[in-house]
Amino acid sequence: MLSIDTAQKRAVPTQRRTSGNLGRIAKYTFVRGSTILITVVIGVYLAILIANMGGYVDEMRIGQLKEQIALEMMNNEEVRLMTMQERKEYEANVLEVRKKQLGLDRHFIVRSFEYLWSGLTLDLGTADYLLSDSGSRWVRNILGERLAPTLLLMATGQLLLFFSAVFVALFLSRRYGSPLDKLVVAMAPTSAAPAWFYGIFLIMVFAAVLGWLPFGGMMDAPPPPSVWGKLLSVLKHLILPAGAIVISSIFLSSYYWRTFFLIYSSEDYVDMAKAKGLSDRAIERRYVLRPTLPTIVTSFAMTLIGLWTGAIVLETVFNWPGIGRLTQAAINMFDTPVIVGTTVIYAYLLGLTLFLLDIIYALVDPRVKLGGGGNGS
Amino acid sequence: MRAIRNLFNQIKNYPTAIVGLIIIAFMVVLSIYAVIKIPYREAVRLWKGGENVWIENPRNARPAWFNLFYKEKQPVTMVIKTAENPELKTVTDLGNGIAAQDIVFEFDYQYDGFPTELSLFFTTKFQTARPNVEIKWITPDGREIPMQSLTLRAQESYRISQDTRLPRRLNGAQPEKGLFADPENPDKVLKGTYRLVIGGLVFEPGSEIEASFVLYGKLHGFAGTDHVRRDIGVALLWGAPVALSVGLVVAVGTSLTTMCLAAFAVWFGGWIDWIIRRINEIVMILPLLPILIMIGLFYSRSIIVMMGVTALLGVFGGGILSYRSMFLQAKTSGYIEAARAYGASSFRIIFRYLIPKVIPVLIPGFVTQVPSYVFLEATLAVLGLGDKDLPTWGKLLNDAYTEGALLTGHFYWVLEPAVLLVLTGFGFAMVGFALDRIFNPRLRGL
Repeated sequence: MLSIDTAQKRAVPTQRRTSGNLGRIAKYTFVRGSTILITVVIGVYLAILIANMGGYVDEMRIGQLKEQIALEMMNNEEVRLMTMQERKEYEANVLEVRKKQLGLDRHFIVRSFEYLWSGLTLDLGTADYLLSDSGSRWVRNILGERLAPTLLLMATGQLLLFFSAVFVALFLSRRYGSPLDKLVVAMAPTSAAPAWFYGIFLIMVFAAVLGWLPFGGMMDAPPPPSVWGKLLSVLKHLILPAGAIVISSIFLSSYYWRTFFLIYSSEDYVDMAKAKGLSDRAIERRYVLRPTLPTIVTSFAMTLIGLWTGAIVLETVFNWPGIGRLTQAAINMFDTPVIVGTTVIYAYLLGLTLFLLDIIYALVDPRVKLGGGGNGS
Repeated sequence: MRAIRNLFNQIKNYPTAIVGLIIIAFMVVLSIYAVIKIPYREAVRLWKGGENVWIENPRNARPAWFNLFYKEKQPVTMVIKTAENPELKTVTDLGNGIAAQDIVFEFDYQYDGFPTELSLFFTTKFQTARPNVEIKWITPDGREIPMQSLTLRAQESYRISQDTRLPRRLNGAQPEKGLFADPENPDKVLKGTYRLVIGGLVFEPGSEIEASFVLYGKLHGFAGTDHVRRDIGVALLWGAPVALSVGLVVAVGTSLTTMCLAAFAVWFGGWIDWIIRRINEIVMILPLLPILIMIGLFYSRSIIVMMGVTALLGVFGGGILSYRSMFLQAKTSGYIEAARAYGASSFRIIFRYLIPKVIPVLIPGFVTQVPSYVFLEATLAVLGLGDKDLPTWGKLLNDAYTEGALLTGHFYWVLEPAVLLVLTGFGFAMVGFALDRIFNPRLRGL
């Protein structure tokens, strides 16, 4: 990000100020980080309360216990000799004891904090039905396996969207009023539809009718033998879903930013720069991009936040093996631990996004006071 | 009143806004038509009523108007019932209570394509002796093909296409093809008048045979049918009022509540402001869709509950911050100072001076929000969390997706709800964008 580099250089001309700034940035980062962490904790707690009001987390724990006890009883010589009645009593007794051990007999408020901790550490035990690709039933393993594809898809789509929209917007603001400019303005309402919606159309055109690109998934089956082949295969599968992300927001983003650029290009200091005879590129970089950067970053982060959860359906439509499709599979199979786990993951991702937003904001917007109150907004 | 007229005069300058308004008007008319034509109960019955409601529809049929574009005309479903056309049945009394009841279904088949299925449904009245029928098929060139002889129960269905003995008499062809094929060119349809002759015998006085013949076409209705023979048109029609009410109610509700909350927070400041900002921070972290998914799974899939939660979270979403900053600006302006000086109450200041100031910003905001809620309903439905009774556009997309409509080439099934969703979304978005430029002087002319 060229503009941010220049921004940093301009903001910190001398060595002495740099060291002071670094300390303040560190403090600011710490304050914002802990505030967001606290909100994430509260958010996850709320999510757990929602999941628990139906008693589902409890049922899930008791179900696990019963399964465990049944397994132990199968391997227990003594139990095999018992009558049916005795076995049932034995099982009930063991269950009571175990419940007490795990504190399931304690008050809900106490337990909810335990759940909060296991939720935050993603220590959610085993999934009810789903398996990870490596065959593990631990929710943590299942989630961990799916995180990378989601990050790959989102990062590709978002970065493509961000840079193409900024370039298109700059281009349009230079050619304000041209037919192309009018076209983009007229097309802005197309962003009312989410990415998965465009995904369906893309699949229909490029996979079903033309047959150029695959319907979905992340790699050909069977996977190509060489590393390059694998990479190429992933790239081929990435085109349509990433394209859907770009198409769904490009016109709106370009329109908004072009408008901002136009508003800021009509400022006096821009006219002054023009009068000085600076090149178009220099004017754009120093006098147009620089003051609009905080706004751009905010709107970028906002689309990111919207897309994190929007990815659930996008991944489902494209059969992309990420967290989103996992959520969908968990919904269909009613796999509660996995659903709670994905909710926590999304809360983390949102928190992380907000945190990065705060940091970038502090870097690019000189009005945000570093240190002190720590409230950037 | 004058303000509204002024607004319309300004909207006239934006062609996209006019297109948007026309689309919205169309959707409103469609919704009203849907609710009047198919009342709620009837819609639910048509969509969830069970097999008997849609048994006379073909499976996965395309819309009937597709024939306008086909060179080879495809058959549309045909249903002939003796109950409605008593002249098809001739009764001859044979004495002793025995009677011959002969039914002849005669129809002209002028299509180029073969039908998808053929079925006969019998409804009979008798005390103890079950009536008997002999069924045969007579082609336009006079060939007679014996089909089946049946002893009928009170309800009997004879699925001609699934009769495994019939292909042997038709050179191995499937019944729905073989019965209509030209003997010299088995891939072509022999056009002309076909007759399905049912020779029935009843053995008791008062015993009665009623039959209905269904020729399932490749096309059906204005919208086609889905994998379980349901008429997609019902869901297309009913999707409109659902989408509009969801979008409008949630968007208007959230915007107004958010605005009032922000106004109170700014005016009273202190702890109210602090609490609202903290709630906002938490809501920003809460992932809306997973929360809705959990609620849908654990409590209720009713559209009212889902949209209620959406609205609740939306109230404390990002919008409250922008309203807050607007109110903060407005709070310091001179006329508020003046109002305070003449001793206006807090409520008077909030509702008469603060809120009217930001209404211009509110209107484009909520108009552009409508599509996002319309699509949210579709998103939930695609995840399988649609309202369990109501037929909606999102549920159509979900059915189409899970039945692999894209893989099997049933594009109409995806395109019809998708086009309506897009139209609704774009309609509101177009109007919203124009309003934004009208109310936002900085954007005017840009």
